[in-house]
Amino acid sequence: MSTGAIIAGAAETNQIGKLPGYSTLGLHVEAALNAVGDAGLTFKDIDGIATVSAPGPVQVAHALGIVPRWMDGTGVGGTSFLLHVRHAAAAIAAGQASTVLITHGESGRSRVGAARFAMALSSPQGQFEVPYGMFGPTTAFTIPVLRYMKDYGLTHEQLAYVAVAQRRWAAKNPRAMFRDPITVDDVLASRMVAYPFHLLECCLVTDGGGALVVTSADRAGDFPKPAVHVLGAGESAETPLVSQMVDFTESQAMKLAGRDAFAEAGITTADVEHLMIYDAFAHLPIYGLEALGFVAKGEAGGFISDGHTEPGGSLPLNTNGGGLSYTHTGMYGMFAIQEGVRQIRGEAAAQVDGPRISVILGNGGMFATSGVLVLGRGDNR
Amino acid sequence: MAKPEPVPTPETQPFWDGCAAGELRLQRCLDCGDAYFYPRPVCPACGSTAVEWFTASGDATLYSYVINHRPAPGFEEDAPYAIAVVQLAEGPRMMTNVVGVPNTPEDLVLDMPLRVTFEQRGAISLPLFAPAGEAR
Repeated sequence: MSTGAIIAGAAETNQIGKLPGYSTLGLHVEAALNAVGDAGLTFKDIDGIATVSAPGPVQVAHALGIVPRWMDGTGVGGTSFLLHVRHAAAAIAAGQASTVLITHGESGRSRVGAARFAMALSSPQGQFEVPYGMFGPTTAFTIPVLRYMKDYGLTHEQLAYVAVAQRRWAAKNPRAMFRDPITVDDVLASRMVAYPFHLLECCLVTDGGGALVVTSADRAGDFPKPAVHVLGAGESAETPLVSQMVDFTESQAMKLAGRDAFAEAGITTADVEHLMIYDAFAHLPIYGLEALGFVAKGEAGGFISDGHTEPGGSLPLNTNGGGLSYTHTGMYGMFAIQEGVRQIRGEAAAQVDGPRISVILGNGGMFATSGVLVLGRGDNR
Repeated sequence: MAKPEPVPTPETQPFWDGCAAGELRLQRCLDCGDAYFYPRPVCPACGSTAVEWFTASGDATLYSYVINHRPAPGFEEDAPYAIAVVQLAEGPRMMTNVVGVPNTPEDLVLDMPLRVTFEQRGAISLPLFAPAGEAR
C-alpha cells in the first residue's frame, strides 16, 4: 500500500551550520534550487508549494517565480514538513497539483531575516506557563522526563547514552557539526542546561535548509534518482501546553501519527530497517521508540544503551547524527526526511545496508504535534 | 526586565479573580463531572458547555519539573530555578514554581505533597506551590 506519491527530488542547502551570509529566505531558495535540480526539473514544472511561515508559501513561491495552484502553509512546529508531504500526497491523488515543492530554511543560529520569538501573554501558554519562567524548548520539552525516569527507572546514564550513540553515527558523516566521539561521562560533565538535561543532551542550533519535490508514483521512472515512495503517513496533535499532556511518560500525538502511517503502509515494526526520530533532546528517541511500538514501555533507554540503535545495531536510528550532532535549525523535521531519502536511495554518508523501509517520526512544538512518514523503495512488498 | 505578567481574557478572568481572593478556582463539567484546567468554556472530556467554577482544595503533588539554568528574562536572580508541573487533588495539572524549599534535585522529590500559595506580580496574584504545611 502507498499514498501514491513519491519523493522525486531531495536536497539540503550547500552548507549547514553557521551561515551568516544567508537570510532565512535565502536558505529556502538555495534548498529549492538544489531539490528541483536533484529531480531534473525547473521551477516551471512546480505547481504546488508548501512551507511554514515565516516566510510562508506565498513568499517562497514568489521568490522562485512559481505560480501555485495548490499551497499549504501548515506550521505546527518542526514536524510540519512531514505533514506537508502527507498533504501533498493527498493533493496529488486528488488532482489538485501534480508536482509539489516543499521548502525549509531557517537562520536559527545567525538569525538573519528571522522572526523574533514572542509569546502573547494573553494566550493560554502566556497566562499559564510563561509566568513561571518557561522560556523556549529547553524549559518545556524537557519537563516530562523526570516523571518518566521515576515511573520507568530510566537512569541519567541511559539518557546520556542517547547522545553517545548518535555521535557514533555523526562520526561517519562529514557534514555533521559535531563528530568527535563522546562518552557518558563527557555528557554528564557537560554544562547543565535544565536539570536533568546537560548541554550534550540538547540539540544544536544551526542555520540551513532543505527541500523536497513530491509527485505521483506513476512517474517513478522519470527522474534521475531512484524514486522514494511515500508508503504511509500520519499526523496528530496533543496539546500546545506541555503541562497539559495526558501522560508525561508518553506522547499521544506520536502514537496516533505512527498508527495511521503504519496502517496506510501496511507495515509493522518488524519491516522497518532504518529509523529517524526527531531528537531535539535526548529523551525523544526514547519516547519515539516506545510510541511506535519498537519496544515496550520503559524499555527504550536500555535498548539504546545496549547498542541496538548505533552503527552495527539491529535498528539504525538517527544515522545522520540527529539534532544532537548533525544539525538543528529549529525545525529539524526536514533534515530527518532528507536522511530517510538518502538511506532509501543508498547515498547516505553513513549508509545502512540496503534498507527497504525507512520511518521518519517528527515532533512539533513541545510534545504538541507529531508526523510520521513511511518511506520505501517501492519494490519492497 | 520584570517577570512576565499574565494578561487575563474573558474566559480566564474568573480564575485570576479567584487568585486575587486567595483561592484556586477551577472549572468542572455539570454533565460528566470532569474537572479541568486551563479555563475554557467547553468541557474537554465531553464537549458540554454546561460548566461551572468551583474552588479547589489547593492540595497538589509534585508531578515533574526541570531546574532551569538559563533564566528567562526577569528570572536572572532566581536561576537555577525549578519549573514544575503539579498534580492537583481534583485531577488537573498545572505549571508552577515551587517555593519554600531549595530548588535542588535532592529537595524536590516527585510526588511530595504541596499546597497552593499566592505571590503578587503587578496586578496579578500568581498561584505558586510550597511544601504542604509550610504554605501561609
